[in-house]
Amino acid sequence: MNDKPYEIIIGLEVHVQLQTQSKLFCRCSTTFGQPPNTQTCPVCIGMPGALPVMNRRAFELALKTAVALNLDIPAFTKWDRKNYFYPDLPKGYQISQFDLPMSQHGWLEISDPKGAFEPKRVRITRAHLEDDAGKSMHDEAAGKSDSRIDLNRTGTPLLEIVSEPDIRSPQEAKAYLTELKLLLTYLGVSDCNMQEGSLRVDGNLNLHIDTPEGRIATPIAEVKNMNSFRAVERAMAYEAQRQCEVWRENKIKLGDKPGGHKTTRGWDDTQQVTIKQREKEESSDYRYFPDPDLLPVIVTAEEVEQVRASLGELPAAMRTRLETTYGIDPYDSDVLVNQGRELVVYYEELATASGDGRRASNWVQQDVLRTLNESQTSISEFSVSAAALADLLKAIKAGDLDNTRSKDVFDEMVRSGRTAGDAMATLGIEKVDASDAESLCRELLEANPKIVEDLKAGKMKAVGSLIGQAKQKNPNVNPGQFKDMCLKIVESM
Amino acid sequence: MGLTRDEVAKVSLLARLRFSDEELDTLTTQLGQVVEYVRQLEELDTESVLPMAHVEDNHNIFADDLPRPSLNREDALANAPKRDDECYRVPAVLGD
Amino acid sequence: MSVLESTATELLAELAAGNVSAAELTQTYLAQIEDHDEAIGAFLNVDAERALTQAEAIDTRRRAGAKLGLLAGLPVAVKDVLCTKGWTTTCGSRMLEHFVPPYDATVISKLKAADAVLIGKTNMDEFAMGGSTENSAFKRTHNPWALDRTPGGSSGGAAACVASNMAPLSIGTDTGGSIRQPAAFCGVTGMKPTYGRVSRYGLVAFASSLDQAGPLARTAEDVALLLEAIAGHDPLDSTSANVSTPSYTATVREPLAGLRLGVAREHFGDGLDREVDAAVREAIKVFESQGASVHEISLPHSKYAIATYYIIAPCEASSNLARYDGVHYGYRTDEKEMLAELAEERKALEAAGDRARLDALDSSLVRMYRETRSEGFGAEVKRRVMLGSYALSAGYYDAYYVKALKVRRLIREDYDAAFKDVDLIIGPTTATAAFKLGEMNEDPLTMYLQDLYTVSANLAGIAAISVPCGITGSGLPIGLQLQAAPFEEEKLLRAAHMFQRATDWHTRRPG
Ligand SMILES: [Zn+2]
Repeated sequence: MNDKPYEIIIGLEVHVQLQTQSKLFCRCSTTFGQPPNTQTCPVCIGMPGALPVMNRRAFELALKTAVALNLDIPAFTKWDRKNYFYPDLPKGYQISQFDLPMSQHGWLEISDPKGAFEPKRVRITRAHLEDDAGKSMHDEAAGKSDSRIDLNRTGTPLLEIVSEPDIRSPQEAKAYLTELKLLLTYLGVSDCNMQEGSLRVDGNLNLHIDTPEGRIATPIAEVKNMNSFRAVERAMAYEAQRQCEVWRENKIKLGDKPGGHKTTRGWDDTQQVTIKQREKEESSDYRYFPDPDLLPVIVTAEEVEQVRASLGELPAAMRTRLETTYGIDPYDSDVLVNQGRELVVYYEELATASGDGRRASNWVQQDVLRTLNESQTSISEFSVSAAALADLLKAIKAGDLDNTRSKDVFDEMVRSGRTAGDAMATLGIEKVDASDAESLCRELLEANPKIVEDLKAGKMKAVGSLIGQAKQKNPNVNPGQFKDMCLKIVESM
Repeated sequence: MGLTRDEVAKVSLLARLRFSDEELDTLTTQLGQVVEYVRQLEELDTESVLPMAHVEDNHNIFADDLPRPSLNREDALANAPKRDDECYRVPAVLGD
Repeated sequence: MSVLESTATELLAELAAGNVSAAELTQTYLAQIEDHDEAIGAFLNVDAERALTQAEAIDTRRRAGAKLGLLAGLPVAVKDVLCTKGWTTTCGSRMLEHFVPPYDATVISKLKAADAVLIGKTNMDEFAMGGSTENSAFKRTHNPWALDRTPGGSSGGAAACVASNMAPLSIGTDTGGSIRQPAAFCGVTGMKPTYGRVSRYGLVAFASSLDQAGPLARTAEDVALLLEAIAGHDPLDSTSANVSTPSYTATVREPLAGLRLGVAREHFGDGLDREVDAAVREAIKVFESQGASVHEISLPHSKYAIATYYIIAPCEASSNLARYDGVHYGYRTDEKEMLAELAEERKALEAAGDRARLDALDSSLVRMYRETRSEGFGAEVKRRVMLGSYALSAGYYDAYYVKALKVRRLIREDYDAAFKDVDLIIGPTTATAAFKLGEMNEDPLTMYLQDLYTVSANLAGIAAISVPCGITGSGLPIGLQLQAAPFEEEKLLRAAHMFQRATDWHTRRPG
């Protein structure tokens, strides 16, 4: 399936802000969007003498995520200082995890319901907990002389999730991120809002190229500043193309000196290109060492099992179960599951009560989601209960309603929040009694001898005019049933 | 093998310090002596010894996730060498 | 009886009896500071108004019959390394010359809660790095026993103010001997508690895994009093031990029956001054005469303690002091001058066409950091930051830092083994009495080697106390060090009190 002369190798580093009330090492609020420097204290300003104390909830959320990502949880983990100078890092070091992270060696399964790539497991190297930096803002007004520093974000808990270079295309990269975000959302550990920076992605990419001298690797580029999954997909595609062109030109391989070292590039969303970033003053020598202010954390196997048991059903398992239980296709289960746990609960109630999983799936994907989209509401606020909608679906299945009429009833149910029966009554829809239908049929046949003639001559289309007349006389007439009845009577005439 | 002047110069950038040529010479000698001295640890076989980062063997020290009031902005910024009404100010941060 | 000749414990009784008020007491000490500190230089900052206001408030509450805290009106001097809300905290550094913390260290909160009167902030080696207080950016402190000599360090001001009767009680900090060595040099009693016994929250960090605040006073009884006031678990310090604080004042007068003292041969090696050696051996006899038994023990790895310490402490310091970068608080270099200089350098390099050095030229931000730190820190701090940055840098971490952490464990295990057989280890606090000011300035390594008997206790995290045990022929105090297993401060205090009941070294004052 690879028609390109090279293979793309991608590894992704994702930083997720964990949804705690207070920061990782102090009790300042983590609320987004407050005025600059109003959510800081001696600890997160890194004032002399201030000391960190770890947020229990942050560790629990990190642990939950790690278990859900199939990561191994070592019994012992500790915190290290990553030393570097930057104005938004007031302590002069980030508290992170170096050689003994809280989790390692996991995986996330990705697939494409449309079959763009084969389902695969992307291995996850590690996930570890660390504190976020603040924000440096360039002051346009004051010219180019100053940057302004806001420390509100400083100390927000971050989980860094590092994948192995197992991703082979921009599409896979996007699928990985989409699945990861879905998982994090199901776990309720992060709001994953990329606009607010609660989910950030860096991509490491290079190419493996077959040459007459054998397979070579191009120098790795780390791409930053990608602020949507779409941007990631495009940036990865651009970068692959760029590296291919650069290789053709200079033939520099990974590790060659000079030029073969890893570089950092930024994605420019306006120009849709990656741009080389300024190299650091010294090759990142972070002088990691164990933070003497924080003690290690010990996690027992029992605690890990408790966390595992508390996870609830996760997206991958949920898709499979929906497919087998309700007989729907992978594409449909994917759409449903991607909408979140609440929608799936709604769907399952509907499928069970209506006894028709496929019809339920269609209705949820089309009518329900359309309505929610139009009204910008969530399923929890939806005016039509699953039980009520199930009654409508049953009526359709029983032939009491045609397609057009059923949409009218649905709209009425949405509008009034009433049951299917009530909505049908409001619209004057009621089932036409079989003998009433037959007498209407006979009456119309008698009044339209030409049509009877045509029908006898095998011109079946002629029945359409009869159905039209019938619906005028009684809008509740079921067109299919009426047609069958006419033909039967004409045959016996 | 002592410490070289080049190494000392490199470390001075890492530590965000800056020395005159003369200071660098003195430092190279002084740090060299200390480094030489601490190398006596090499004579100890510590193959099977676990590093001791903390003297206590306590662990799992946590605080509850309960937000508390932050400093008001004026108190937070009071000690800043350069600031405006809202933020700390520094010479331009380049190539973010 | 004279206030200035009384111990804190005695003054407490006088205060309780109403014979003296906290305000009067504070006035007396302020006057003493006024008269003598010009010569001694123990204080960096005395706020008479603040102290008197505090004292008067305590007196008012006492008159109203309120229950007062443990220190109920006693003046306490505080080393300028503990953050005091709204009151400059400099750490003896130009870097923090104008730093006014927006919060109190836990030790300070506890002192306030105990109704102490904070009388002033004492001088120290910059960021507690040094053993003579000569590394203070602001002033020299003189040894009250001989003004041309050092009071020791880094808590030089803390010890000197007690020795010269400018405060009855004083808080110091000890990372490698910084309470005990000045206590020995100044003839006062000073304790480094077990790591974790006293909260480090608000104690400006030098080496976080070694730093510990502790009391200095004239007697073991007074040390017990002050320790009881400041000790205790603190949820704001993750390394604070969650153990209850015994009432040291309740037990300090009880002699220890069957006391087993360990004498480590490593404490009596080359370099130990003859007079110090004799005084310590005499002190051991004092204990024996009270029924203590003496056992020879060995601390085989103690000879590696200095090397271990001078890896671990600078490594932690290099990281702890990274926050002083001129951005959020503290000193910043003159930006205009810095930018002009940088522009000039750039011009010169451009003119010379020196591409390589032009590429390596600092950005204005990096140059701001480097100038700020080079101007804001003194020579010793810069040396240690350099040493630590080097030892942690790529390729050296395992050889230095990890190696030192391993040896640290061996040192601790030596103590664990020793304390199976003995209650306390007895020996000299320092190899010599106070040296002359300026004597150690030339050679950092020689200065570092002075910490020989004290650093092990910090590396092992155990408790230790220094008690006056003699006077040299030239009239300088000698310190006796007692070391105890973790959280055995009570034993240290009771043993020190036994010694002080039988001797009068602790009552001697500079002439
Ligand atoms: Zn905070």
